[in-house]
Formats: sequence, C-alpha cells, structure tokens
Amino acid sequence: MLNFLFKRLLSTIPVLLIVAVLVFLMLRLTPGDPAAVLAGDAASTEQIAKIRAGLGLDKSIPQQFAIWFGNVVTGDLGESFYYKTKVTTLIGQRLEPTVSLALLTITLAVLVAVPLGVMAAWRFGSWLDRGLMGFSVLGFSVPAFVLAYVLIWLFALKLGWLPVQGYKRIADGVGPWAYQLILPSLTLSVIYIALIARVTRASVLETLGEDYIRTARAKGLPELAVLMRHALANAAVPIITVIGIGIALLIGGVVVTESVYAIPGLGRLTVDAVLARDFPTIQGVILLFSFVYVAINLLVDLSYVFFDPRIRY
Amino acid sequence: MKLHRRSLVSLALLAGTTLFHTGAMAQANVLRIVPHSNLAILDPIWTTAYMSRNHGYMIYDTLFGTDENAKIKPQMVESWTESADHRLWTFKLRKGLEFHDGKPVTSEDVVASLQRWGKRDAMGSALMQFVQRMDTPAPDTFRIFLGEACGFVLEALGKPSSNVPFIMPKRVAETDAFKQIEEHIGSGPYVFKKDEFKPGDKAVYTKFAKYVPRSEPPSGSTGGKRVYVDRVEWNLALRDAQAQVNALQKGEVDIIEQLSFDHYESAKTDANIQMPKTDKFGLQYMGRFNHLMKPFDNVKVRQAALAAFAQEPFLRAQVGVKELYRPCASMFVCNTPFGSTAGSDIQAKSNMKKAQDLLKASGYDGTPIIIMKPTDLASIQKLPDVGAQLLRQAGFKVDLQAMDWQTLVGRRAKKDGWHMFFTAWQAFDVWNPISNPITDTRGEKSVWFGWATDEKMVGLRNEFMRATEEPVKKKLGEAIHARAFEIATHAPLGEYDAPMAARKNITGFFVTNGNMYWNLKKN
Repeated sequence: MLNFLFKRLLSTIPVLLIVAVLVFLMLRLTPGDPAAVLAGDAASTEQIAKIRAGLGLDKSIPQQFAIWFGNVVTGDLGESFYYKTKVTTLIGQRLEPTVSLALLTITLAVLVAVPLGVMAAWRFGSWLDRGLMGFSVLGFSVPAFVLAYVLIWLFALKLGWLPVQGYKRIADGVGPWAYQLILPSLTLSVIYIALIARVTRASVLETLGEDYIRTARAKGLPELAVLMRHALANAAVPIITVIGIGIALLIGGVVVTESVYAIPGLGRLTVDAVLARDFPTIQGVILLFSFVYVAINLLVDLSYVFFDPRIRY
Repeated sequence: MKLHRRSLVSLALLAGTTLFHTGAMAQANVLRIVPHSNLAILDPIWTTAYMSRNHGYMIYDTLFGTDENAKIKPQMVESWTESADHRLWTFKLRKGLEFHDGKPVTSEDVVASLQRWGKRDAMGSALMQFVQRMDTPAPDTFRIFLGEACGFVLEALGKPSSNVPFIMPKRVAETDAFKQIEEHIGSGPYVFKKDEFKPGDKAVYTKFAKYVPRSEPPSGSTGGKRVYVDRVEWNLALRDAQAQVNALQKGEVDIIEQLSFDHYESAKTDANIQMPKTDKFGLQYMGRFNHLMKPFDNVKVRQAALAAFAQEPFLRAQVGVKELYRPCASMFVCNTPFGSTAGSDIQAKSNMKKAQDLLKASGYDGTPIIIMKPTDLASIQKLPDVGAQLLRQAGFKVDLQAMDWQTLVGRRAKKDGWHMFFTAWQAFDVWNPISNPITDTRGEKSVWFGWATDEKMVGLRNEFMRATEEPVKKKLGEAIHARAFEIATHAPLGEYDAPMAARKNITGFFVTNGNMYWNLKKN
C-alpha cells in the first residue's frame, strides 16, 4: 500500500511537469498582449512596449520559462501581471469560496442522489424509476445558468427567501456562509444528482442480480439491510469514482455558477486571468487544478480498498 | 411548559433570521456600487484604464476640475495668477489640505505629482514640452515657468479623464512613472482600505473625516466633495448583467454604474429603481482606420469608408434604445466647447451611392478589409457587424475576424495585420483637440493606434497648443476638425448615454460626466 502511494505520488511529478510546459507554451502562442491590456485604451504603443519590458515579456520564451519554472520549483508561482499580487495569495483568497461551493454541492448531491439511485434500482421499471430517469435527462440537459436564473427568480426575487448574489466567508459565521451558498450549490448539484443517481441505479441494479443478494434475502434479512449492506456496499466502487471525478470537475468547473452568483472563486479568477492575459495567474491556477485532479484520483483509488476487499495495492 | 408546534416553528424562524441576517443594520450607511468593470490597477497614472481613474477620484484630489459644462474650475487651488506674457503661472493651494496619513499637502507634493503625470499622460507630456521648470516658493505656492506661451495649462491641470493629474504625496509621486505605486494615499474625500481590497471581489473606501470640501455645489469633478456615507463598497465580483439587475431589484446593491442596454426598459419600469442622468455628454462610438495598411493608406479609400458610415445604423444596432443615442457628426462631441460639425458633410450627408462612387474613383484594388470584432464586449460588439455590412454595400471586400477584446487590444498595437477596429470613448477623452489622441497625425510617432500622417494637421495642433485667446482656439479647433474629416482620420459613429441605475433611496446625484461618488445620501 505504502509502495503504491509512493509510486503514485512520484507519478504526479511528470504529469505536473508536462502540464507546466504545455500551459506555458500555449499561453505564449495564443494571441493577445498582457502589456496592452494593462496599459489601458488610451495608451500609446511606446508606453505598451515599456510595460512589456517591465513584465519581462521582451525576453525570449526559453528565458521566460526558465525564470518562471525556477520560481515554481521553490513554491513561488510568481506575481500576477494584472493584480500585482502574488499568485499564491490570489489563489488563497479564492480557494475558500470554490472549495465551499464544491463541497456543499457534492454533499447535497450525494445525500440526494445515492438514496434515489438505490430506490430506483430497487423499484426497477416502476414510476419512481422512470421519474428518476426523466429527472436525470432534465438535469443533464438544463444549462446551469438557466437553472440559476430560474432559482434566483423564484427564491430570491419572488419569495425573497434567499440572496441573489454574493459570498460570505466562514469567518463571518457559518449561518451567513451557508445562507449565501444555498442557491449556488442547489444550482450546481442538479447535474451531479442526475449523474450520481444514474450511476448508482445502474451499479446497484447489477448487484441486485447477484447470488449473494438472493442468499441474503433467503436468510430473511430485512430489505433495507439487503440494499444497504449487500447491494450498495458492493456497488460502491463506480459510485465513488463518479463522486471523485465530480469533486475534481467542480473545483475547476464552477465558472458559470460563480459568475451568475458573483462568487469570487477560482473559476472567476481563471476567467479574469484569461481575459487579461495574466500569464502567471493562469499558469498557477492550472497547475493547482492539475494537482487537485491527480490528488483526488489518488484518493479515489485508495478508497477502493475500503469498499472492495479484493482490491490490494 | 407546553410549546405548540406553531410556536416552535416561529422560534426556529426567528433563530434562523437572526443567524442569517447578522450585519443587516451595519449595512445602513454603506453605499454598495457595481462598477462598470473590474478594478485591478491601483495607479491611475500608470494606466489609462477608466476603473483606475475612478479609483483615483475616490482617494485623490486634483488642482483643478472640469464642471458639468466642461468649464475648468479650481479644486485644490485657491487662487492663481498668469503673467501678461502667459509664461509664468503662480498657484496658491487651499488651506487645510491634508493627506490621509495626516501630513499636509504641500507644493512639493504637487510638483512631484505633476512631473510623474507629465511622463505618462498625452496632454501632460504636451504641456511638459512647454514647461521650463516648476518651483515651490512656499509650502502652499508653486509656479510653472513656460519656455513659450501655451493655451492649455488649465485644461491640462483640470482634465477630467485618464490620465488625471491626481496629487499624491511626494514620496509616492517620486516612483518611476513606468512602475506602479505601492502606497495609495491621497487627500481626496475617501480613504482606500488596502487591507480590505480583494482583487476581483471588492474594493472598500471609507469617509475621510478631515477632508475639507469646497463651498460650491458639486459639478463634474469640481465643487464640494461632501461625503454623507461612512463607507463605499465596490462589488467587483458582480459582473453578469442579469445578476446585477437582480441584485439591484432585491436591494442587495444600491447603484449599477453602467446598466446594460438590454435591461434598460425593464429596470425603468421598476418602482424601486431610478435612472439618474449624471452624464451630460455621454460617450462616442468610433471606427479607427489603420493608416499604415493598404488600402487605408489611401485617403480616397478612407473617405469612401467614411461616406458609407451613416451613424444611425450603428447606433440602432448597438444601443437600440432610441432615447439613449443621438447621431452627431462632430469628432469632438456635440455641445462641448470644441464641438463642431465643420467639414463633416462627407459623413453627415453621406449615402451609399456617394460611397460607391468615391471607392470607384479611389483605385481600390479589392484588398479585403480586416475588421477586428470583439465578441466579449457587449457595449461595442455589434459595431463591426454593421461596419462590415456597410463597407460591403459600398463595394469593399471585408474579412470580419472575431476575437476577444484582449486579443484585439494586442493586435491593434501592431502596425500590420488589421485595417479597422471599433471602440467607444467617454466624451471628455475626445472633446479637446489636444487630449483627443486620434487627431494626433504624427505617423508612427502618434500616441494612438492607427498612425495617421498629416503635416497640415500637426501644424494646426501646434498652433492650437500655443493659442491663448479663446476665439483663436475655437477657430483652430474648427480647422482641426475639418481637416480630420478631410483626411478621414477615423469615423465618429454617434453618441450615446450609458445609463446608470440606482435604488430610489439614494439621493444627491449630480452631473459628474464620469463616475464620482460624493454628495450621495442613502435614506
């Protein structure tokens, strides 16, 4: 197990290295000039050239890469062109909203989707099953921003129960923090509820046909115990995988929701950085996203051991 | 004690309300504003970005300002004199001016600030060409010695838009003009809360209790800058147009600086929302030719394009709301001191037949016109489509290239690879022949993209800079205007208002011709 962990951790190094090189090169090859962005609309070409030199963009690409990579190795992601702030500080400021939103969303999704999926499998072919499948299609099909506007219109503008936008930090109190995140997490969770419920249903359905389920029922176990202890436990591996991928996708994929609800998270930071050609910030955030992907995949792989004793590392 | 279910529910609701709505009372005297863009750069001299300028107006003060009628009025200056030969200017500062760190504003701070501004701003550097030296005979007095007379000293010192000559402490103003300042201390009506600044999230300003406002009523960037709120918060995260309107309707924000045209009608019908008119002159759309690229290096081809660009189609497509736009064939914006229509017939009385005839006569060889279209900037993204269509009707071949605004900004800085782009200016950026960067026709030395070349125009601008009498300046302004149309430097495409929306409990709006947040009360 420790050996596996060590090997996997070691394998993240080339992954991050490749990501770093690719991101760096792609940014330099795409059109757009950070200096022109920073200088403003009325700046002259001469002023833009001076700003470009000040940012070090007049150096050759290998030189720029060497400087940046040298800093990254020491844990310094550089300074944002746009905000004149350390990229690590910016990420630190934006991490909490995004992680909060992602965790609340995935918690809500798991709490709703897993029971629904189990029930749908249990009542395979019934109205409940068909209803759930219908909801899944709807959940996949409705874009997040459409759902967000509908929810805002209903719960914030018509009923006045919830706020339209904004984010409160946990330090300001758990109540205000949760209050602000209800609508965004509800918006985001719908698609994950649909996804996890479908996978749960399919996985549980498969296990329900197994001999050990028949044996459990024959032993006279209550149906709930059969479903939870035997069916769901054995169907857990694909469900955990989907949840893990869901968390990873959420960390980097909350851009639209963050925009609509004005949440100052990593998604918004990434969009702003891309629009401003803020190379250090884009590079830093993408490296972080890559690391999160790798780390979550590793955690998911490790969790298999607990759900399926046959798996050994 | 027996509790009924209804009582329990009431208790739970009360607890929930208390838990979730902490700080509601604390919001009472906080003005919550949604600015038109994100604030990233805190040095209004280093960049010309409007957001940095607006940030500057919050925390810095200026020597002079421009009132709502475009007249220059004193602000930090109490009195001034001008020698008979117009070469020596002596200024005395008002009493009681103080920086946010408690130190008095002195003439040395002023001189250092002007020197830094003069290295970055187009009008500032034009002024510095005339300045022999500046000195500080007393802590409240500074003098400007000119090598030769020039007629825009006060216009430059009181210019309302980027780069505004904001006054900073000497130690800050001594920062290299090409490096951003690290300290953000001014003597303006608000104090910037650096510790609460979260880029992309919010910027916070608190009332500067020691600020001594002028006695005159506020007007433009002049007059008494009285602050009636304790705190102003700029919501930098709220950038989705629909979400902004939702937040205003719900009362979560107080002011939307720039409401999208699409939401204008619906916001107007909301009983809790007002549309204060704070900008008398509005903004101007324009299309810029690249004078270095064939075929736009040929004046006749540019004239054909100018003739094709009737303003109404652009305004109707981009703004859409009739009461918010007006055609105006003045490059210096209608109803401003130099607003003129001299020489504008080629566009004002244009028609497609004329454009087609001009193009045929120009010897146009069919080179496709590359128009850069920004797809992510709702305020101007329809202009290139209209422009492309009108050019096609006139007989041009057009290559309309879609890109994001920042790609466009990067590409336009290069002297080849594009023929046209479209943009918008706030009126006061283009209303003066010197501050208007588009009429700079020094070819590749021009301060702005497009690089027009015309010696006659250069001569007229030089004369204008040296003219000290108003009637002469007016006459030269008209001559510059007519010449700009004659050589088709660019195409003005009409004027429009960017509507502001606010909750009705906000009072005290005045004509700022920009984005200034003093004199406002939250009732």
